[in-house]
Amino acid sequence: MLLISCPWCGPREETEFHYGGQAHVAYPANPLELDDATWAEYLFVRDNTKGPYAERWVHSAGCRRWFNVVRDTVTSEILAVYRAGEQRPVTA
Amino acid sequence: MSEFTSESSAPSEFTSESSAPSGPTQPTQPNRLPTGGRIDRSVTLRATVDGVELTGHPGDTVASALIANGRLQVAPSIYRRRPRGILAAGVEEPNALIQLSGGRPGDSAEPMLPATAVELFDGLSAGTLSGVGRLDPGPDEALHDKKFVHTDVLVIGAGPAGLAAALAASAGGARVLLADEQPELGGQLLTDIDTDTDPALTDWVATAAAELAARPEVRVLRRTTAFSFSDNYVLLAERRTDHLGAAAPSGVSRQRLWHVRAKRVVLAAGAHERPMVFADNDRPGIMLAGAVRTYLNRYAVLPGHRAVLLTTNDSAYAAALDLRAAGAEVPALVDTRPSPPADLVEKARAAGIEVIPGALVTGTEGVERITAVRLESVQGDKGRRLDCDLLAVSGGWNPVVHLFSQARGTLAWDDQRAAFVPAGEVAGLRVAGAANGTADLPGCLAEGANAGLEAAADSGYPGALPTLPTVPARRTTPDRPVWVVPGPAGEPGEWRDHFVDLQRDATVADVRRATGAGMRSVEHVKRYTTIGTGQDQGRTSGVLANGVIAAALGLASPGELGTTTFRAPYTPVSFALMAGRNRGQLHDPVRTTAVHSWHVAAGAEFENVGQWKRPWFYPRDGEDQHAAVLRECRAARTGVGMMDATTLGKIDVVGRDAGEFLNRIYTNAFAKLKVGSARYGLMCKADGMVFDDGVTIRLADDHYYLTTTTGNAAAVLDWLEEWSQTEWPELDVTFTSVTEQWVTIAVVGPLSRSVVAAVAPELDCSAEQFPFMTVRDAALSCADSTGGIPARIARVSFSGELAYEINVASWHGLATWEAVFAAGQPHGITPYGTETMHVLRAEKGFPIVGQDTDGTVTPEDLGMSWIVSTRKDFVGRRSLGRPDTARTDRKHLVGLLPVDPGTLLPEGVQLVAEGVPITPEVGPVPMLGHVTSSYHSAALERTFALALIKNGRHRIGETVLAPLGDRTIAATVTEPVFYDREGARRDG
Repeated sequence: MLLISCPWCGPREETEFHYGGQAHVAYPANPLELDDATWAEYLFVRDNTKGPYAERWVHSAGCRRWFNVVRDTVTSEILAVYRAGEQRPVTA
Repeated sequence: MSEFTSESSAPSEFTSESSAPSGPTQPTQPNRLPTGGRIDRSVTLRATVDGVELTGHPGDTVASALIANGRLQVAPSIYRRRPRGILAAGVEEPNALIQLSGGRPGDSAEPMLPATAVELFDGLSAGTLSGVGRLDPGPDEALHDKKFVHTDVLVIGAGPAGLAAALAASAGGARVLLADEQPELGGQLLTDIDTDTDPALTDWVATAAAELAARPEVRVLRRTTAFSFSDNYVLLAERRTDHLGAAAPSGVSRQRLWHVRAKRVVLAAGAHERPMVFADNDRPGIMLAGAVRTYLNRYAVLPGHRAVLLTTNDSAYAAALDLRAAGAEVPALVDTRPSPPADLVEKARAAGIEVIPGALVTGTEGVERITAVRLESVQGDKGRRLDCDLLAVSGGWNPVVHLFSQARGTLAWDDQRAAFVPAGEVAGLRVAGAANGTADLPGCLAEGANAGLEAAADSGYPGALPTLPTVPARRTTPDRPVWVVPGPAGEPGEWRDHFVDLQRDATVADVRRATGAGMRSVEHVKRYTTIGTGQDQGRTSGVLANGVIAAALGLASPGELGTTTFRAPYTPVSFALMAGRNRGQLHDPVRTTAVHSWHVAAGAEFENVGQWKRPWFYPRDGEDQHAAVLRECRAARTGVGMMDATTLGKIDVVGRDAGEFLNRIYTNAFAKLKVGSARYGLMCKADGMVFDDGVTIRLADDHYYLTTTTGNAAAVLDWLEEWSQTEWPELDVTFTSVTEQWVTIAVVGPLSRSVVAAVAPELDCSAEQFPFMTVRDAALSCADSTGGIPARIARVSFSGELAYEINVASWHGLATWEAVFAAGQPHGITPYGTETMHVLRAEKGFPIVGQDTDGTVTPEDLGMSWIVSTRKDFVGRRSLGRPDTARTDRKHLVGLLPVDPGTLLPEGVQLVAEGVPITPEVGPVPMLGHVTSSYHSAALERTFALALIKNGRHRIGETVLAPLGDRTIAATVTEPVFYDREGARRDG
């Protein structure tokens, strides 16, 4: 089980969190101006990274805050944790 | 098979030796050694196995007691029904599985336990199994519980390496948890200890145990198996009272599940010996050499009187000497290596044992027990026959790498040790001792101590190297594994008595069939042959299978194949332990409203909606559900009914930008909703599919009160938080769940106005002053112990009738409900439940999200384009313009009227067009859609249904068919609104 450091509450067990998919996929500013392919890209297509991957988590059984995690998808090692809205930090 | 059946009917040559019970009341233990062992001879335990009484002593397992009583044979094998005997002395046992009766009244029987790992207790009753157990159908009343702990260092295994690690790690104050599956600390030392020659080892174990017990930050868990490992989160199964039988104290859990979060873990889980593959290698009396030693030294039982040993490595020499010391004849030790180490050979010969180097056992004789082996050696022995009643085999040792591998540690093949050993690094985990492939005792001790020291340092504490016993070092000679000893005749594909997996009865012939079919991967061969899929998960067979496959494929080493995946649990864990106390009432939290006690007293039948218990219907004397629901529906349509609507999700949405936020979330607009007014809203996911609906009230400029469907309340709150936090943090808006804070009572029906007017006398309830979709604050005439009751009353309707929803603080809920009920008495007010609510809303064509929708339904599919704004963006809007969502022939929500008005369509049934052949044997039957809701209607005096049907709105008037196998129901497609289509009834 992962031990995830919530930026607001500190390290907690994975079962307190929900997964939210890839991070930094912003809702398009003007969806109605997008063609179908571009909108479908936003809606359905996500990276399938082998290695460090920025993803969203929410501390649902704690502070209910969303935040971002860089996790290595091969080892599940958590390389960085940062708040929503912050830049993805550089990880090794 | 037939050849074997005739064999097994032959009289056993060993009946004299195995007929243990010598008297009706006190079975003797003919194979118990007079001295030695770690058993308490002063206490005699009685047990029954397969209906035969036997005795033993504290310290015995069921297996050691069986052997003591002269019995080595267990139930025949699973498919071939070949006689089988005890092979091992631990959890790796493939043959001796038992069904253990509950120790106390109310305890369930436990199937598929290895007799080699079950401690004997007085009154134990068990039967041996042919590879298949039976679940006890009765309830298990034994208590199981859980514990969650954090520790600095977790040491798994209390053998020499584990003890040294625990001592080293705990020397400087680190919290250390030491877990071992055995009742006694010591691990392999319990077998190795020879009290005559090396008392230092016994003393060291005792001293170490005492030292650990004296350290306040150390906790030692005996009879505890670490069975699951990921990210230094380890699950332990502690058997607390299983070994006590009827003497188990009440109020103490039988087993405890430990969830351990450890900063550092030392894995010192030891190694399991493996057998060898040769013809007829499964006869009772063929045992692992290490197990023979364990039975001799730890349990003081003699498994055989005339033993031959077969080995690929050094370890079996000690077994040979121990057998001699215990008084057994040992005619020969067969070593696969042409030049075994001279010191060992010399010792064996000095004990009168013939060492035959470069030799193999090519076959065995015997029926219910081995009677002889046949040998072949480089010196020219061919077909040499040796009488024996025990063949002790050591085919090498497999490090117990299960947990390391579960933690995604990589393994490498070690040619010297002929085994898979840990190779890669796993963060926070160290492997030490035999689990790491280290063979010699001094090496294990030193490795354990160092691992403990490093683990303490890594977790922020000083450690200290403990005093270790001085054991003379001895260089281990490399193994010489022989993966398949050729049979006396035939090709490998015909070797059906060369067993690879004893528990699955899988042989070399089976493996050859798999490789012959083109399989190259161990995972494929495993699935094809079932090798390694038994209760023992291939502990004795896995690497053997690799060897056999490698030989078949002509590979240089079994290591080239890798291993199958190791998965938790390491050994079987009961579901009762997993569940712990989360069963019965505690299986899942139960939510009830403040009015619940009234519903119970009124005799309501309840329905589970999520975790909520909701009144389903309120049967009166003798009524069935059908009659009760028709009566409740009639009351709401013609008089007045009342319903507890408290379970609706309720969320306070507060902030300067609350209106703008809701505009972006709902398909319709909320920013301009007037204070004091209510509006029905629909929300979609970004893909344009309907996600939830409900009525939202504006209480103030910056305060909305939003309701959700009962089952979706938590998901909607999460959804709002997600958009607020991750997309629009600039909007000033916050969300608070207030579901539990408000009790909501729906008062429904043409007579509802009089009832509400009676409980809220100062409120003008006229349609003009209190119009539809508005909200009023009102003081209720009733009071409870806290004084008067303020209420928020809304004119909303989920039935199409004139209706009010009275919201009061939860602690006023019961008093308010009772007041409404009392005020409604002159009008015959009728409480109704969820079933009636469903019928009433369906008559009006109101969909229930999650019942009439399934995540693939757009607002347009529901016929609700009227609620979809085209003047603002909202989540999902862009998706409604995608080519597929914009199609006009998607599945639409429509009504269905069965042609026979008395026939009820079952919910969920598939619908097909008229004239379509229903011949699934010819080909797929094209489906039009399915029934989502279906009821008897009191108002319509007939049955009706809602359905999602392809192009449904363009099929109004057509007939569709619901084929049900034995009959087919025809129904006419209609508009989804069946009752009061013009909406005339909502104002009463």
